[in-house]
Amino acid sequence: MNGNLPELAQDIVRRAVAAGATGAECTIAEGDEFSANVRMRQLESLKEAGSRGAGLRILIGTKTGASYTSDLSREGIELLVKSALELADITSEDPHAGLPDPEELGSISGDLGIYSPEVERLETSVRISAAERCEAAALDADARIFNSEGASFDSHSGRRVFANSLGFAGEYRSSSCSLAVAPVAKDGDSMERDFWYAMARDFAGLEPAEQVGRVAAERALRRLNPVKVDTQRVPVVFDPRTARTLLDNIFEAVHGMSVFRHESFLAEKLGEKVASDDVTVIDDGTIPALFGTSPFDDEGVPSRRTVVIEKGVLKSYLLNTYAARKLGMKTTGNAARGLTGNAGIGHGNLFLEAGELPPQQLLSGIRNGFYVTELMGFGVNIVTGDYSRGAAGLWIRDGELAFAVSEVTIAGNLREMLLGIEAVASDLEFRGAVAAPTLKIGEMTVGGK
Amino acid sequence: MQFSECVFATRFNITRRDLEAYLAEALAQGGDYADLYFEYLATSSISIDESIVKSAAQGVSLGVGVRVIAGERTGYAYSDDLSPEKIRKAARVAACIAAGPAKVDKIDLNDGRRHNLYPVLISPTETEFSERVKLVKRADAAARAYDPRIFQVQAAYADNLRIVMIASSDGVLTLDRQPLARLSVAALARQDGGPPQRGHAGGGGRVELSFFLNEKTPEYFAREAAREAVVMLDAVEAPAGESVVVLGPGWPGILLHEAIGHGLEADFNRKGVSAFSGRIGQKVASELCTVVDDGTIAGRRGSLNVDDEGNPTQRNVLIENGVLRGYLQDRLSGSLMNTPSTGSGRRESYAHIPMPRMTNTFMLAGESDPEEIIRSVPKGIYCVNFGGGQVDITSGNFVFSASESYLIEDGKLTRPVRNATLIGNGPEALKYVSMVGNDLSLDEGIGVCGKEGQSVPVGVGIPTIRIDRMTVGGTA
Repeated sequence: MNGNLPELAQDIVRRAVAAGATGAECTIAEGDEFSANVRMRQLESLKEAGSRGAGLRILIGTKTGASYTSDLSREGIELLVKSALELADITSEDPHAGLPDPEELGSISGDLGIYSPEVERLETSVRISAAERCEAAALDADARIFNSEGASFDSHSGRRVFANSLGFAGEYRSSSCSLAVAPVAKDGDSMERDFWYAMARDFAGLEPAEQVGRVAAERALRRLNPVKVDTQRVPVVFDPRTARTLLDNIFEAVHGMSVFRHESFLAEKLGEKVASDDVTVIDDGTIPALFGTSPFDDEGVPSRRTVVIEKGVLKSYLLNTYAARKLGMKTTGNAARGLTGNAGIGHGNLFLEAGELPPQQLLSGIRNGFYVTELMGFGVNIVTGDYSRGAAGLWIRDGELAFAVSEVTIAGNLREMLLGIEAVASDLEFRGAVAAPTLKIGEMTVGGK
Repeated sequence: MQFSECVFATRFNITRRDLEAYLAEALAQGGDYADLYFEYLATSSISIDESIVKSAAQGVSLGVGVRVIAGERTGYAYSDDLSPEKIRKAARVAACIAAGPAKVDKIDLNDGRRHNLYPVLISPTETEFSERVKLVKRADAAARAYDPRIFQVQAAYADNLRIVMIASSDGVLTLDRQPLARLSVAALARQDGGPPQRGHAGGGGRVELSFFLNEKTPEYFAREAAREAVVMLDAVEAPAGESVVVLGPGWPGILLHEAIGHGLEADFNRKGVSAFSGRIGQKVASELCTVVDDGTIAGRRGSLNVDDEGNPTQRNVLIENGVLRGYLQDRLSGSLMNTPSTGSGRRESYAHIPMPRMTNTFMLAGESDPEEIIRSVPKGIYCVNFGGGQVDITSGNFVFSASESYLIEDGKLTRPVRNATLIGNGPEALKYVSMVGNDLSLDEGIGVCGKEGQSVPVGVGIPTIRIDRMTVGGTA
């Protein structure tokens, strides 16, 4: 059965149905990972391995059960099927539970550019060298870069197979390479670190290692000798890395499961103005070679492009089959799960559309403000929208970045923050499945001295 | 547990001789040290939402991780197939970190020492599912019954049973059977069509299922979650800026985990990247503060009979009367810093390289009466429950987010305040501790700590303390 995972998945579904399931879906995933870590110009660790596992979710009428195993032997598969079926006994009838409607199932055709077989074949020396060059560029950038938490090169190649009892069977492969470095800068008593990273579906697509190292060094250096500013209300500009986290917050707020439970400040807000006119948020699982791209979601529904917010108006939630049925809507192809269990909801490539201004222009006109480059902690309440996070960055004085700031908080409410986005810059780039350009929010509370 | 009775021997026919041979293979390229970490993990979970038991899942995963250390370098490989060929292959891959002739010719494995902190006869994972499903149903009913303003309840129960076998080229063979269970409840309250508010609570440990029937019942956690949601309906904006902060007992000990604990993990200090690097013997907190990390408390979520490198866990004093005493060491950092492991080497699974981690981190009780501490504050904030926290090891800045807190005005608790993040600097924050209560308590047992992509269960604890100065991230 080694090579034929699609057949195995279909066989598992058939066994479940033969054992009494009225519906079944099986996921099999396998992957190889590799990582090389270099620190202070020396190889620190190498890790290499492969793994696989299978998950099964079954329905008996509207009751459900789920199981998983890393043992794909005959004995393991028998236990997998038996385990899922026995659990259906203890769950409740749930009228909304079920597989997708048959006409929803399918897959995008054509090459999505998400897999490169070369990733697995990369020489170990090439991988180590990328990490070495990345860290060296950071260490050599400035005499104040005196230490490092190291640089890493990571790669992954995987294969995902899905089959269900409505006849869907599909599979796809994906690969990724990433490079990251965390240099430490020191000046007198001040010690600060930052990091920078790059990611691509294949090695050739990766930004030059030296470039990643230099950016990381610049980011660490500009944080030196920070000041804790006074508590005040000022305009706040988020750099792309921190602006991205606002998209993570929006994702949680349009997450169908949170919406039907009224566990989101964006519940019952479809068609309403929830952000400023400059804000258009798209989820697109079909963009070639990006990190949130796949031919179908984890229920076998084709990936697609969904406009979530258009010029500030909430247009769509992100849904799987279950949330869609609860809300009387159609799935948006956003089902996501690990190996097993009821499907949750994930995003494809989720981004805020770029504006036209160069990022520097967002600062001009700000007499006194905060440019945020790092956010810390979990102080976002999606139910109420209350927002309070630790922050570090640079103070804006008369339109220029003036000095480093740390050990402060920024606080507000996401409802007002989204409506208060006054400007969106043009610097959108994908370093992961979620991306946003530099953003300016009219006013937030900076908590300091 | 005896070797001959463990799943690796009975089901996979692995013998001591095999383990010795795999270790020799791992050291064949000249590595200094090697270990094998075998793991068998059975998990189950049940959740209820809208009073419907919507999901139940169970599964098994297993595998072995092979680690080779050569000088400061680590080679690591793992396999989820326990056949001899696959384990040998992993050993050969890990061995490649070294380059040279083998230095070790023979390894004799002898049984290692371990505690007996969770002598659980039947782990929750091994009980009838019908018993466990009752827990979430009871939680759902109790949360809804607490107050008519509660309109959504979710409860989740999860347990696992992990069987580990660790064999090292130091000649030590250790086995452990690690049960773990937790129940968590989230409730949403709404009043007169206003915005909803959320509350949550949960707990557990390395316990038998009877813990949830006799000690901490589903009703207990459900009422806590519902109470917090209802309290928050009246919350006002939190203050912004520096304030006196009083932390309640138990879970607010997350302060210590973030402000102190991570910064004292030896890997960061060996590399000189922690704000605490080179500060042993220095004063980093007020004299009232003694902080320990103790992996040996019976039945606790963060406790372990042995760490994931096969060393018995310990009670490690981190700060004694305000003075920094020691770091949390794993084998690698310990050997490079010429100090023994403190039993702090942990890993998420067989697929992960161990590193220094916390277990149960807490501050010892002081002498103040908790009520007197609150009475002493003319204006401030009293925090009793928190969400997560995070720390920047290098600058020492840390945050933790209050999910339930109250204004203190003229020594009295007045209004609940909305969620706010507190921020401080690790080596500085505890210098402002001016009162420590006599009411030390440990958290209920739901903590998960993340570091470099690896999650492990941990515990925290603290008595009521007064901090004279800390920045509160509110909007008022």
